[in-house]
Parts: sequence; structure tokens; C-alpha cells
Amino acid sequence: MITNFFEGMGAYVLLMTKVFRRPDRWRLFIRSLVQEIRLLGLDSISIVVILSVFMGAVVTIQTAFQLSDDPLIPTYYIAMATRESITLEFSPTVVSLILAGKVGSNIASSLGTMRVSEQIDALEIMGVNSASFLILPKVAALVLFNPVLIILSLFLGLWGGAMAGDLLGLVPFQESIMGYRLEYIVFENAIYGLIKATAFAFIIGSVSAYSGYSVKGGAVEVGIASTNAVVRSCLAIILANYLLTDLILTS
Amino acid sequence: MIQAKGIVKSFGENHVLKGIDVDFIQGQTNLIIGRSGSGKTVFLKTILGLFEPDQGTIHYGDEVLGEMTKARRKTLRQEIGMVFQGGALFDSMTVAENIRFPLEMFAAMTEQEKDERVKFVMDRVRLEGAADKFPSEISGGMQKRVAIGRAISMNPKYLFCDEPNSGLDPETAIVIDQLIQELTHEFNMTTIVNTHDMNSVLEIGDHVIFMKEGHKVWEGTNSEVLGSTNADVEEYVFKSKLFKQVRQAFRK
Repeated sequence: MITNFFEGMGAYVLLMTKVFRRPDRWRLFIRSLVQEIRLLGLDSISIVVILSVFMGAVVTIQTAFQLSDDPLIPTYYIAMATRESITLEFSPTVVSLILAGKVGSNIASSLGTMRVSEQIDALEIMGVNSASFLILPKVAALVLFNPVLIILSLFLGLWGGAMAGDLLGLVPFQESIMGYRLEYIVFENAIYGLIKATAFAFIIGSVSAYSGYSVKGGAVEVGIASTNAVVRSCLAIILANYLLTDLILTS
Repeated sequence: MIQAKGIVKSFGENHVLKGIDVDFIQGQTNLIIGRSGSGKTVFLKTILGLFEPDQGTIHYGDEVLGEMTKARRKTLRQEIGMVFQGGALFDSMTVAENIRFPLEMFAAMTEQEKDERVKFVMDRVRLEGAADKFPSEISGGMQKRVAIGRAISMNPKYLFCDEPNSGLDPETAIVIDQLIQELTHEFNMTTIVNTHDMNSVLEIGDHVIFMKEGHKVWEGTNSEVLGSTNADVEEYVFKSKLFKQVRQAFRK
């Protein structure tokens, strides 16, 4: 198992050295990039919207449940705690984990199908660097667009939290806004979240692409690769989350 | 012309190619035939440079494949057209985009020249009216024609076909075979076809190479196949009643 892990890591690194090369044709690269932003990014907006609004609402309710017993704690502190949870952890990490499921399986299954139907071999025989041609636009699209999704998620999460707090009588809407603005530090909140979003986007794109690109066999193996892509991406995100949190917040 | 000289290839203890010498003649369809496991596909991939031979050399014209620089190998790939067994068409692209793809990647042409080349190729492989269709919307025979069109769009010197008519009905298979032969003669390409199909051997086999257990055991033309007394060829080619009758008719 350990040997397999290190063999896999070696193969992943070798694949990435092939991926990050100058594209043969910039025009085709830009065209692929736009297509991938639409497919992997824009098509994920609806799930991010639904997830973020309800995530914000649940975090507000949970926080209110924990803090509302103590009359000395102002209610806008509930909103402040909600803001910290959403911007530092829930939006970047939970949304990226959900996207790893949606986008990761899409990348792995499309590349796996191209592998088993010899489309990747056809590119190689033409003299095209298939790894760079197919994977680079996907990774670039995710790295560019995932931070946009996370910013959207931050706003919607906070809005969902404020709405839930107001509707349930836990925190008035104006107090939520006050709490969100209280002791707000741009780096610790927004920038930190965006650094994580960018790193997670790279993990989702590259790990899923590796799983799909290295498929051998047929339809069953493509299905296995798709599952592996999601599992590996999620594990890598969780590990990277720990490392980044430790690295950024303690330095 | 492509020459294979003393090609030996093993995978661990599995000795697949055991010293093969063949000259693939320019302007002719060169067919490699043999049973499954005889080493045909490994031989084809070795000629293509996808496998490095353990011994021996592959010559493209005056150049040795193993001695070419990386840059030269890349340009050589643009002189090669390949038709895969399953077509290997890019399913996110239309028929016209598939044929245009190699031109977009490598050709130093204006957009108008590319349009004209795509139109010429589509007419040549008889795909009129299918330009905007996706591979999933056309028949197996049409998919093979698109694959051939894509393979010849860069006007290659060398055309490789891996079982080009597998999965096709006999009538369509003959159409594909004849198309490959016509294009080979018309553009003076060196064409290598890997096949199991005895109809193809008799139909388009300008030069036939019979492989068995990693060796070349016989070579000749399609008409020489019918007159061959080689025991291995007889056992493989004339196994069916139909081909036995064909041979008897030929000998009379």
C-alpha cells in the first residue's frame, strides 16, 4: 500500500511536469479555457448558491443556540462568530469539498473516457502534448474561477445567516450587519479564504485529472477512476486545509 | 518507405517480436496479418515509436527513428496519419472540427486555406453534408471515414490503420478498404494496415506480411496469397470453407 502511494505520487508529479508546459497554440488554449470556465465554473453556481445560503443559516442557528443562554453576550456577537466560521472555514473548505464531488468526477470521467476510447493516444500520435492540451485548461479554469465562487459563497452565506437570524427572531438583521463588520480584518478573513480556495482548486483539478488520465481498461475502470478522483481530492483538501491553516494563521 | 530491421521487443519474460525485417513500400497498402497474440499491434506501435525496440532499427526514409532528435520526432508525427480501431474521434467536436483539428494545431495556413482543405478532405472521403454532425450522430462507417479524413488532413507521408474495418458490415468494410487503397495510391503514401480481415487481404493487399509468434513467416502480394503453399499461411488464411473455395477457383 505504501509502495503504491509513493508510485502514485511519483506518477502524479511526472504528469504535472508534462501539464505545465507552454501551450502549442494559445488560441486553442484560450478557447478551451473559456469552455472549461463555463463547464466547471459557471455550471457550479447554482449548487454554490443553494449550499451557501443554507450553510450560513445553519451556522447562525447553531451559534445562536450555543450563545443565546448568556444574557451578557450581545446578539451581534452571534453574527460575528458566524462570519468567522463562514469566511475562515465553511465557504472555502465545505464548498471546495462539494465541488470536488461535482467537478472532480466530471474531470476524471471525461479524461478516462478519452483514454479508453483512444482519443488521448490519437493526440499523442499527432504530436500533441495531450496532458498539457487537456489538463492545463481545466486546472487553470478552476484556479481562476474557484475564488470567484468562494467570494460568492461568502456573501451568500452571510446573507443566509442574517436572513435566518432575523426570520427566526435570533438576531435582528441590522445587528447581524453590525456583527459582520465588527473587528473585520481583511487578510484574516477574505484573503485567507481566497488562498485556501486557490489551493483547493488546484488540488481538485490536478488530482482528478491524474485519476482520469491514468485510467487503464474500460467503462468499469472509468467509474472507479471517477470515484477515486472524488475520494483523493477530498482527502487532499482536508490535509491541505490543516497545513494551510497552520501555516497562515500561526505565521 | 519505412524499413524495420531486426526488430526485437520483449516485455519482461514475454518475447513478443523476435527479429523482424520488413520493407514497407511507398505507394502501396502494406497489410500485416496474423493471429491474435502474434505481435502485430506491438510491431505497429514499435514502428510508430510508441515502444522502443530492444534491438533493431526503424527507418523512415533515410532517417533512423531511434536517432532522431525530440524536435524531429515531433515533426515526424505530423507526417503520420493514424486510423484507430474504434475511430478515436474527439466526441466534443463536430465532423468538420475533427478533420480540421490537426490543421489548427500544426498547419501554417490561413483560415481560408484551412476551410478549403477541410472541404477537399470531406469531399474526398465522401462526407458531404455531415460537417456539423457530432460523431455520436453518424454511423460506424461514417465515423471510420471521418477518422481517415482526420488522418489525411495534413497530407501525411505515412498512414497507419489499426483494424480499420472491424465492427463494420461487409459492404461498408469494402468501401473503407477501397478508400484506404485509393488514397494510398493517389497521395503516394506508405500505408500500413493491421488487420484480421481476409477480405481486406484479397481486396487491397498490395503487400502482405504474415506474422506468427513474433516472426515474419511469409510476405507477398494478395494474388500470391492465393497461390501460397506456406503451411502457416494455408492454415490461417484458408481455414474457412469460403476461402478454400476461392483458392480452388483461383488454382483452376
